[in-house]
Amino acid sequence: MSADTAIRARVGDIPVPTFDSTPVASPPPLREARVAIVTTAGLRSAGDVTLWQPTDGSFTVLPAAARDVQLSHFSPNFDRTGFAADLNIVYPVDRLNELAAAGEIGSVASRHLSFMGAQADATFSTILLDTGPAAARVLREDGVDVVLLTPV
Amino acid sequence: MGVLARVFEAAGIATVGISIVRRQAENIKAPRFLHCQFPLGRPLGKPNDVPFQLDVIRRAFALLSRTDVPIIEDHPIVVDDEADEAATCTLPPRLDPTLHPAVDEALGLRPAYNRQLLAAEGRTALGRVGGPDQIGNLITRMIRLAEGSTLGEAGFDADSVRAAAQDIRAYYEEAALALADHVPAARQVETWIYTQTETGQIIRAAARALKAAGAEQSTWYHLLPGNQA
Repeated sequence: MSADTAIRARVGDIPVPTFDSTPVASPPPLREARVAIVTTAGLRSAGDVTLWQPTDGSFTVLPAAARDVQLSHFSPNFDRTGFAADLNIVYPVDRLNELAAAGEIGSVASRHLSFMGAQADATFSTILLDTGPAAARVLREDGVDVVLLTPV
Repeated sequence: MGVLARVFEAAGIATVGISIVRRQAENIKAPRFLHCQFPLGRPLGKPNDVPFQLDVIRRAFALLSRTDVPIIEDHPIVVDDEADEAATCTLPPRLDPTLHPAVDEALGLRPAYNRQLLAAEGRTALGRVGGPDQIGNLITRMIRLAEGSTLGEAGFDADSVRAAAQDIRAYYEEAALALADHVPAARQVETWIYTQTETGQIIRAAARALKAAGAEQSTWYHLLPGNQA
Protein backbone atom coordinates (compact mmCIF):
# COMPACT_ATOMS: atom_id res chain seq x y z
CA MET A 1 0.00 0.00 0.00
CA SER A 2 1.43 3.39 -0.98
CA ALA A 3 1.87 6.12 1.61
CA ASP A 4 -0.95 8.16 0.09
CA THR A 5 -3.27 5.16 -0.09
CA ALA A 6 -2.78 4.61 3.63
CA ILE A 7 -3.59 8.25 4.35
CA ARG A 8 -6.68 8.18 2.13
CA ALA A 9 -7.91 5.10 3.99
CA ARG A 10 -7.32 6.83 7.33
CA VAL A 11 -8.93 10.20 6.56
CA GLY A 12 -11.60 9.19 4.06
CA ASP A 13 -14.37 8.81 6.59
CA ILE A 14 -13.44 11.62 8.94
CA PRO A 15 -16.82 13.16 9.81
CA VAL A 16 -17.82 16.15 7.70
CA PRO A 17 -20.87 18.39 8.06
CA THR A 18 -24.00 16.95 6.53
CA PHE A 19 -26.63 18.97 4.68
CA ASP A 20 -30.09 18.25 3.37
CA SER A 21 -29.59 19.97 0.04
CA THR A 22 -26.86 21.01 -2.39
CA PRO A 23 -26.93 24.68 -3.46
CA VAL A 24 -26.09 25.13 -7.13
CA ALA A 25 -25.28 28.33 -8.98
CA SER A 26 -25.68 28.62 -12.73
CA PRO A 27 -22.54 30.06 -14.30
CA PRO A 28 -22.44 31.97 -17.57
CA PRO A 29 -20.86 30.19 -20.54
CA LEU A 30 -17.24 29.41 -19.66
CA ARG A 31 -15.91 31.58 -22.48
CA GLU A 32 -17.59 34.53 -20.76
CA ALA A 33 -16.87 33.57 -17.16
CA ARG A 34 -14.42 35.23 -14.81
CA VAL A 35 -12.53 32.49 -12.96
CA ALA A 36 -10.70 32.45 -9.64
CA ILE A 37 -8.75 29.79 -7.82
CA VAL A 38 -9.58 29.06 -4.23
CA THR A 39 -7.16 26.56 -2.79
CA THR A 40 -7.07 24.82 0.56
CA ALA A 41 -3.32 24.33 0.31
CA GLY A 42 -2.48 26.89 2.98
CA LEU A 43 -0.67 29.29 0.66
CA ARG A 44 0.74 32.58 1.87
CA SER A 45 1.61 35.59 -0.20
CA ALA A 46 5.13 36.91 -0.52
CA GLY A 47 6.83 37.92 2.67
CA ASP A 48 4.40 36.12 4.96
CA VAL A 49 6.15 33.03 6.26
CA THR A 50 3.66 32.23 9.00
CA LEU A 51 2.94 28.52 9.28
CA TRP A 52 -0.81 27.87 9.21
CA GLN A 53 -2.27 26.56 12.48
CA PRO A 54 -4.59 23.53 12.54
CA THR A 55 -7.62 25.50 13.77
CA ASP A 56 -7.16 28.60 11.62
CA GLY A 57 -10.21 29.07 9.38
CA SER A 58 -9.05 32.35 7.88
CA PHE A 59 -8.01 32.94 4.28
CA THR A 60 -5.30 34.83 2.47
CA VAL A 61 -5.64 36.92 -0.69
CA LEU A 62 -3.11 36.14 -3.42
CA PRO A 63 -2.64 38.79 -6.11
CA ALA A 64 -3.01 37.08 -9.48
CA ALA A 65 0.39 38.31 -10.65
CA ALA A 66 2.25 36.95 -7.61
CA ARG A 67 4.39 33.88 -8.15
CA ASP A 68 6.46 33.92 -4.96
CA VAL A 69 3.78 32.25 -2.87
CA GLN A 70 4.64 29.96 0.02
CA LEU A 71 3.16 26.56 0.85
CA SER A 72 2.48 27.04 4.56
CA HIS A 73 0.19 24.12 5.34
CA PHE A 74 0.91 22.72 8.81
CA SER A 75 0.81 19.07 7.74
CA PRO A 76 4.00 17.29 6.65
CA ASN A 77 2.00 14.39 5.22
CA PHE A 78 2.08 15.14 1.52
CA ASP A 79 4.67 15.65 -1.21
CA ARG A 80 6.07 19.16 -1.39
CA THR A 81 8.62 18.82 -4.17
CA GLY A 82 5.93 19.09 -6.85
CA PHE A 83 5.01 22.54 -5.63
CA ALA A 84 8.66 23.53 -5.19
CA ALA A 85 9.27 22.65 -8.84
CA ASP A 86 6.01 24.02 -10.27
CA LEU A 87 3.47 25.99 -8.27
CA ASN A 88 0.82 25.19 -10.89
CA ILE A 89 0.66 21.66 -9.54
CA VAL A 90 -1.42 23.09 -6.68
CA TYR A 91 -2.16 26.65 -7.76
CA PRO A 92 -2.69 26.54 -11.54
CA VAL A 93 -2.63 30.27 -12.10
CA ASP A 94 -0.52 30.07 -15.27
CA ARG A 95 -2.87 27.46 -16.68
CA LEU A 96 -5.84 29.79 -16.16
CA ASN A 97 -4.00 32.59 -17.94
CA GLU A 98 -3.36 30.25 -20.87
CA LEU A 99 -7.03 29.27 -21.03
CA ALA A 100 -8.02 32.94 -20.97
CA ALA A 101 -5.54 33.76 -23.75
CA ALA A 102 -7.02 30.94 -25.80
CA GLY A 103 -10.54 32.26 -25.24
CA GLU A 104 -11.65 29.14 -23.37
CA ILE A 105 -12.52 31.17 -20.28
CA GLY A 106 -13.61 34.79 -20.20
CA SER A 107 -11.00 36.19 -17.82
CA VAL A 108 -8.89 35.42 -14.78
CA ALA A 109 -9.71 37.05 -11.46
CA SER A 110 -7.38 39.76 -10.21
CA ARG A 111 -6.85 37.86 -6.97
CA HIS A 112 -7.14 34.30 -5.78
CA LEU A 113 -7.70 32.96 -2.28
CA SER A 114 -6.24 30.33 0.00
CA PHE A 115 -7.61 28.59 3.04
CA MET A 116 -5.97 25.63 4.74
CA GLY A 117 -7.66 22.25 4.57
CA ALA A 118 -7.44 19.31 6.96
CA GLN A 119 -9.17 21.40 9.57
CA ALA A 120 -10.53 20.46 12.95
CA ASP A 121 -14.32 20.01 13.10
CA ALA A 122 -15.00 23.28 14.92
CA THR A 123 -13.37 25.22 12.10
CA PHE A 124 -16.11 24.14 9.69
CA SER A 125 -18.55 26.48 11.44
CA THR A 126 -16.13 29.38 11.16
CA ILE A 127 -15.74 28.78 7.43
CA LEU A 128 -19.44 28.16 6.87
CA LEU A 129 -20.68 31.20 8.76
CA ASP A 130 -17.84 33.70 8.80
CA THR A 131 -14.74 33.42 6.64
CA GLY A 132 -16.43 31.54 3.78
CA PRO A 133 -19.04 34.26 3.22
CA ALA A 134 -16.30 36.89 3.58
CA ALA A 135 -14.31 35.12 0.87
CA ALA A 136 -17.42 35.00 -1.33
CA ARG A 137 -17.74 38.78 -0.97
CA VAL A 138 -14.11 39.24 -2.05
CA LEU A 139 -14.79 37.11 -5.11
CA ARG A 140 -18.06 38.85 -5.95
CA GLU A 141 -16.38 42.27 -5.71
CA ASP A 142 -13.99 41.06 -8.39
CA GLY A 143 -16.85 39.86 -10.59
CA VAL A 144 -15.98 36.18 -10.25
CA ASP A 145 -18.46 33.74 -11.80
CA VAL A 146 -16.60 30.46 -11.37
CA VAL A 147 -14.23 29.11 -8.73
CA LEU A 148 -11.80 26.27 -9.29
CA LEU A 149 -11.22 24.64 -5.91
CA THR A 150 -7.89 22.92 -5.46
CA PRO A 151 -6.63 20.90 -2.49
CA VAL A 152 -3.06 19.91 -1.74
CA MET B 1 -13.17 22.35 0.41
CA GLY B 2 -16.72 21.03 0.11
CA VAL B 3 -17.91 23.51 2.74
CA LEU B 4 -16.42 26.35 0.70
CA ALA B 5 -18.14 25.05 -2.41
CA ARG B 6 -21.48 25.20 -0.65
CA VAL B 7 -20.88 28.74 0.63
CA PHE B 8 -19.80 30.03 -2.79
CA GLU B 9 -22.66 28.34 -4.64
CA ALA B 10 -25.14 29.85 -2.19
CA ALA B 11 -23.58 33.24 -2.99
CA GLY B 12 -24.13 32.69 -6.71
CA ILE B 13 -20.60 31.61 -7.64
CA ALA B 14 -20.37 28.28 -9.43
CA THR B 15 -17.66 25.92 -8.25
CA VAL B 16 -15.88 22.82 -9.37
CA GLY B 17 -13.43 21.11 -7.08
CA ILE B 18 -10.54 18.76 -7.62
CA SER B 19 -10.90 15.93 -5.13
CA ILE B 20 -7.96 13.90 -3.87
CA VAL B 21 -9.77 11.85 -1.20
CA ARG B 22 -12.84 10.37 -2.87
CA ARG B 23 -14.66 9.31 0.29
CA GLN B 24 -14.54 12.86 1.62
CA ALA B 25 -15.90 14.20 -1.67
CA GLU B 26 -18.74 11.68 -1.49
CA ASN B 27 -19.57 12.57 2.08
CA ILE B 28 -19.62 16.37 1.75
CA LYS B 29 -21.92 16.35 -1.31
CA ALA B 30 -20.65 19.51 -2.95
CA PRO B 31 -22.09 20.09 -6.44
CA ARG B 32 -19.19 19.15 -8.69
CA PHE B 33 -15.95 17.30 -8.09
CA LEU B 34 -13.39 15.87 -10.46
CA HIS B 35 -11.71 13.14 -8.45
CA CYS B 36 -8.03 12.85 -9.27
CA GLN B 37 -6.20 9.81 -7.91
CA PHE B 38 -2.93 11.71 -7.99
CA PRO B 39 -0.31 12.03 -5.25
CA LEU B 40 -1.26 14.09 -2.23
CA GLY B 41 0.46 17.42 -2.76
CA ARG B 42 0.09 17.18 -6.55
CA PRO B 43 -3.63 17.66 -7.30
CA LEU B 44 -2.92 18.72 -10.91
CA GLY B 45 -1.03 15.45 -11.35
CA LYS B 46 2.29 16.11 -13.04
CA PRO B 47 4.63 19.04 -12.32
CA ASN B 48 5.79 21.02 -15.36
CA ASP B 49 3.49 19.02 -17.65
CA VAL B 50 1.38 21.81 -19.15
CA PRO B 51 -0.81 19.65 -21.44
CA PHE B 52 -1.61 17.26 -18.60
CA GLN B 53 -2.53 20.07 -16.22
CA LEU B 54 -4.69 21.79 -18.84
CA ASP B 55 -6.48 18.50 -19.47
CA VAL B 56 -7.27 18.18 -15.75
CA ILE B 57 -8.69 21.71 -15.65
CA ARG B 58 -10.71 21.23 -18.84
CA ARG B 59 -12.21 18.03 -17.45
CA ALA B 60 -13.13 19.91 -14.27
CA PHE B 61 -14.66 22.84 -16.13
CA ALA B 62 -16.70 20.46 -18.27
CA LEU B 63 -18.66 19.59 -15.13
CA LEU B 64 -19.95 23.16 -14.84
CA SER B 65 -22.56 22.54 -17.50
CA ARG B 66 -23.90 19.48 -15.71
CA THR B 67 -27.17 19.80 -13.81
CA ASP B 68 -27.25 16.32 -12.24
CA VAL B 69 -25.55 17.44 -9.06
CA PRO B 70 -23.96 16.41 -6.79
CA ILE B 71 -21.58 14.73 -9.21
CA ILE B 72 -18.15 13.20 -8.88
CA GLU B 73 -16.32 12.29 -12.05
CA ASP B 74 -13.11 10.27 -11.96
CA HIS B 75 -10.05 11.33 -13.92
CA PRO B 76 -9.12 8.27 -15.98
CA ILE B 77 -5.41 8.35 -15.12
CA VAL B 78 -3.96 7.24 -11.78
CA VAL B 79 -0.63 8.60 -10.57
CA ASP B 80 0.72 7.07 -7.36
CA ASP B 81 3.36 8.30 -4.98
CA GLU B 82 6.63 6.35 -4.93
CA ALA B 83 7.58 6.65 -1.28
CA ASP B 84 9.06 3.15 -1.33
CA GLU B 85 11.95 4.33 -3.49
CA ALA B 86 14.29 7.12 -2.46
CA ALA B 87 15.26 9.77 -4.99
CA THR B 88 18.74 9.38 -6.41
CA CYS B 89 20.61 12.40 -5.11
CA THR B 90 24.32 12.32 -4.39
CA LEU B 91 25.21 13.54 -0.93
CA PRO B 92 28.25 15.77 -0.44
CA PRO B 93 31.47 14.29 0.93
CA ARG B 94 32.53 15.05 4.49
CA LEU B 95 33.98 18.56 4.33
CA ASP B 96 34.67 19.61 7.92
CA PRO B 97 35.24 16.76 10.38
CA THR B 98 34.95 19.18 13.31
CA LEU B 99 31.24 19.61 12.58
CA HIS B 100 28.44 17.18 13.38
CA PRO B 101 27.90 15.04 10.25
CA ALA B 102 24.36 16.40 9.80
CA VAL B 103 25.50 20.02 9.94
CA ASP B 104 28.44 19.28 7.64
CA GLU B 105 26.09 17.55 5.19
CA ALA B 106 23.67 20.48 5.17
CA LEU B 107 26.42 23.01 4.55
CA GLY B 108 27.72 20.83 1.73
CA LEU B 109 24.30 20.98 0.07
CA ARG B 110 24.29 24.78 -0.03
CA PRO B 111 25.50 25.06 -3.65
CA ALA B 112 22.66 22.78 -4.75
CA TYR B 113 20.13 24.80 -2.76
CA ASN B 114 21.48 27.97 -4.36
CA ARG B 115 21.16 26.49 -7.85
CA GLN B 116 17.53 25.58 -7.26
CA LEU B 117 16.85 29.03 -5.79
CA LEU B 118 18.18 30.55 -9.00
CA ALA B 119 16.17 28.15 -11.17
CA ALA B 120 13.02 28.96 -9.21
CA GLU B 121 13.64 32.70 -9.61
CA GLY B 122 13.91 33.17 -5.86
CA ARG B 123 10.85 31.19 -4.82
CA THR B 124 11.69 29.09 -1.77
CA ALA B 125 9.74 27.58 1.10
CA LEU B 126 12.58 28.38 3.46
CA GLY B 127 12.32 31.21 5.94
CA ARG B 128 9.75 30.41 8.62
CA VAL B 129 12.41 30.30 11.32
CA GLY B 130 15.60 30.91 9.42
CA GLY B 131 16.99 31.28 5.93
CA PRO B 132 19.74 29.12 4.41
CA ASP B 133 22.37 30.80 6.55
CA GLN B 134 20.62 29.51 9.67
CA ILE B 135 20.27 25.87 8.55
CA GLY B 136 23.33 24.74 10.47
CA ASN B 137 22.01 26.40 13.62
CA LEU B 138 18.55 24.85 13.22
CA ILE B 139 20.03 21.39 12.74
CA THR B 140 22.30 21.88 15.76
CA ARG B 141 19.24 22.66 17.86
CA MET B 142 17.49 19.55 16.51
CA ILE B 143 20.59 17.53 17.51
CA ARG B 144 20.15 18.84 21.04
CA LEU B 145 16.55 17.62 21.04
CA ALA B 146 17.67 14.24 19.76
CA GLU B 147 20.18 14.09 22.61
CA GLY B 148 17.50 14.75 25.22
CA SER B 149 17.29 18.52 25.65
CA THR B 150 13.88 20.04 26.22
CA LEU B 151 12.30 22.32 23.65
CA GLY B 152 13.20 25.35 25.74
CA GLU B 153 16.80 24.22 26.22
CA ALA B 154 17.08 23.87 22.44
CA GLY B 155 15.61 27.32 21.89
CA PHE B 156 12.25 26.15 20.52
CA ASP B 157 8.62 26.28 21.47
CA ALA B 158 5.76 24.14 20.12
CA ASP B 159 5.27 26.30 17.04
CA SER B 160 8.87 27.08 16.16
CA VAL B 161 10.03 23.47 16.35
CA ARG B 162 7.46 22.49 13.67
CA ALA B 163 8.41 25.50 11.58
CA ALA B 164 12.10 24.64 11.93
CA ALA B 165 11.42 21.06 10.81
CA GLN B 166 9.61 22.41 7.74
CA ASP B 167 12.45 24.83 6.99
CA ILE B 168 15.02 22.05 7.18
CA ARG B 169 12.89 19.79 5.00
CA ALA B 170 12.38 22.58 2.46
CA TYR B 171 16.14 23.22 2.29
CA TYR B 172 16.84 19.55 1.58
CA GLU B 173 13.94 19.23 -0.88
CA GLU B 174 15.01 22.23 -2.88
CA ALA B 175 18.64 21.06 -2.90
CA ALA B 176 17.42 17.64 -4.08
CA LEU B 177 15.61 19.21 -7.04
CA ALA B 178 18.95 20.64 -8.16
CA LEU B 179 20.76 17.34 -7.60
CA ALA B 180 18.24 15.31 -9.59
CA ASP B 181 18.01 15.81 -13.33
CA HIS B 182 14.20 15.75 -13.21
CA VAL B 183 11.40 16.27 -10.71
CA PRO B 184 11.37 12.99 -8.77
CA ALA B 185 8.12 11.09 -8.29
CA ALA B 186 6.01 12.15 -5.33
CA ARG B 187 7.52 11.40 -1.93
CA GLN B 188 10.81 10.08 -3.35
CA VAL B 189 12.69 13.09 -2.02
CA GLU B 190 10.93 12.74 1.31
CA THR B 191 12.15 9.14 1.51
CA TRP B 192 15.66 10.27 0.55
CA ILE B 193 15.69 12.82 3.35
CA TYR B 194 14.46 10.55 6.12
CA THR B 195 16.30 7.36 5.13
CA GLN B 196 19.48 8.51 3.41
CA THR B 197 20.60 11.75 5.00
CA GLU B 198 22.23 12.46 8.35
CA THR B 199 19.81 15.28 9.03
CA GLY B 200 16.79 13.10 8.34
CA GLN B 201 18.00 10.71 11.03
CA ILE B 202 18.36 13.63 13.43
CA ILE B 203 14.80 14.87 12.81
CA ARG B 204 13.44 11.38 13.37
CA ALA B 205 15.52 11.01 16.55
CA ALA B 206 14.37 14.41 17.80
CA ALA B 207 10.71 13.45 17.36
CA ARG B 208 11.25 10.15 19.13
CA ALA B 209 13.14 11.81 21.99
CA LEU B 210 10.37 14.35 22.54
CA LYS B 211 7.75 11.62 22.51
CA ALA B 212 9.76 9.44 24.91
CA ALA B 213 10.19 12.40 27.26
CA GLY B 214 6.43 12.85 27.45
CA ALA B 215 6.30 16.10 25.50
CA GLU B 216 2.93 17.14 24.12
CA GLN B 217 2.04 15.34 20.89
CA SER B 218 1.69 18.64 19.04
CA THR B 219 5.43 19.24 19.48
CA TRP B 220 6.69 16.03 17.86
CA TYR B 221 3.88 14.54 15.78
CA HIS B 222 4.35 16.83 12.79
CA LEU B 223 8.14 17.04 12.70
CA LEU B 224 8.22 14.56 9.82
CA PRO B 225 5.72 12.66 7.66
CA GLY B 226 3.88 9.95 9.55
CA ASN B 227 5.02 7.24 7.14
CA GLN B 228 8.65 8.19 7.83
CA ALA B 229 8.45 8.35 11.64
